Amino acid sequence: MRALIFASRNTKEITRDIMTTVFGIAFPIVLLLLLSAINNGIPKEYGPKMFNIESLAPGITVFGLSFLSLFSSMLISKDRTTSFVLRLFTSPLTPSDFILGYTLPMLPMALLQSVVCYACALFLGLPFSANLLVAVVVNLPVAVVFISLGLLFGSVLNEKAVGGVCGALLTNLSAWFSNIWFDTSMVGGAFKAVADCLPFSHAVNAARYAVSGDFGSIFPDLWWVIGYAAVLLIAAVTVFSVKLKKS
Amino acid sequence: MDAIKTFDLTKRYKEKTAVNKLNLTVGKGELYALLGVNGAGKSTTIKMLSCLTQPTSGDAELMGNSVVSQSAKVKAIMNVSPQETAVAAKLSVRENLEFIARVYGFNKKEAKQKAQKMIEDFSMEEYAKNKASTLSGGWQRRLSIAMALISDPEILFLDEPTLGLDVLARRELWHVIEKLKGKMTIILTTHYLEEAESLSDRVGIMSRGVLCAEGTARELKEQAGTDDFEEAFIRLTEEALK
Repeated sequence: MRALIFASRNTKEITRDIMTTVFGIAFPIVLLLLLSAINNGIPKEYGPKMFNIESLAPGITVFGLSFLSLFSSMLISKDRTTSFVLRLFTSPLTPSDFILGYTLPMLPMALLQSVVCYACALFLGLPFSANLLVAVVVNLPVAVVFISLGLLFGSVLNEKAVGGVCGALLTNLSAWFSNIWFDTSMVGGAFKAVADCLPFSHAVNAARYAVSGDFGSIFPDLWWVIGYAAVLLIAAVTVFSVKLKKS
Repeated sequence: MDAIKTFDLTKRYKEKTAVNKLNLTVGKGELYALLGVNGAGKSTTIKMLSCLTQPTSGDAELMGNSVVSQSAKVKAIMNVSPQETAVAAKLSVRENLEFIARVYGFNKKEAKQKAQKMIEDFSMEEYAKNKASTLSGGWQRRLSIAMALISDPEILFLDEPTLGLDVLARRELWHVIEKLKGKMTIILTTHYLEEAESLSDRVGIMSRGVLCAEGTARELKEQAGTDDFEEAFIRLTEEALK
């Protein structure tokens, strides 16, 4: 119960920050609109179009989720550096209340982000089908990956460093190695090998299979993402608990 | 009944002993000021008493509950107003108060009632809907103390409550603290000696992790052979440092 009370406070802190709306909702929608416009502007004689909405929309939903790391890590690092957290440490809140309180608000946000992105994609020509609901659910493991990274970085880095690592580095890494903007096999070599080892391209592939209704192909990719989500969540909870004790 | 009792309470950080076998007793309803120069061990003592850090050895009891083995019980009966203003920036004054009340186990209805009472007691009606981040330093500190009081603590730790406030805001907070006297046990740490002299029932002076003098402000002045409390503090501290 206390975890939910703390989660409610954290939800308010995050959603009342204008950056959440800008990066969480507006930015992915702008990207969808912009890239769709670019796609429509490419003449047919230039070959196959790069950003078909069927493959672009699932990619953007995954990319949008990368900002969850920024939101959660910023809140945690900010709390850590103020006396507010001292007040909470002396309260009856337990370590599990803290962990749940910081992670729970992110899951509905992840769902909302995906739903809004797919809703926008419908206006851009994505056919409506029940597959989209499956795609929203398929995004949950990668949401846990990003939430865990936020918990992890927020526990060890200060507010300034968190902005750099989660706001710039992580979003860029997750974009380059994700198959969203270009097919990593076009680059090949070590780049492709790294992309295959990371969870981002697998998350995008799984979301694309879900949108296309090819449910049988979702799982080899989604296992990768679920594996990363489990390992990162355990690592984040461990590091957070250790830092909590040290604090 | 003693509200706080410490038993050879000790905290060591590697080579440094921050608090050394502290034996302190604070009576129920007493306002006890803990004084000392920087590094004397006041903050470490407060941290141990408020379960923020574990003692290296020794123990302390708050209303009979051990900070080592019964920290959950200790946390339920005390509250802290930390040195820096400790409020949730994007929550309103009312939301901050309700949030803390709920963390301490009050249901929604009770939390709302308690928040309303605090808002009235601390004359914050005008700012109740304002986000905490928009308040001045003095009002934020006032809110911070109200948040510490909303759980009806039996023991309240006020760590430098007036640090950085202007004279008027400080005096206003003194009045707030004066009104609390007798209703709960209060441990006050401060660098403002006139604050300790004016507000406290008893004063403890710490130096190098040890309680080097204790008594009422008048007793300490007599002990140091001076009429000036600041001078008494300096003499007693210097004596301990010799």
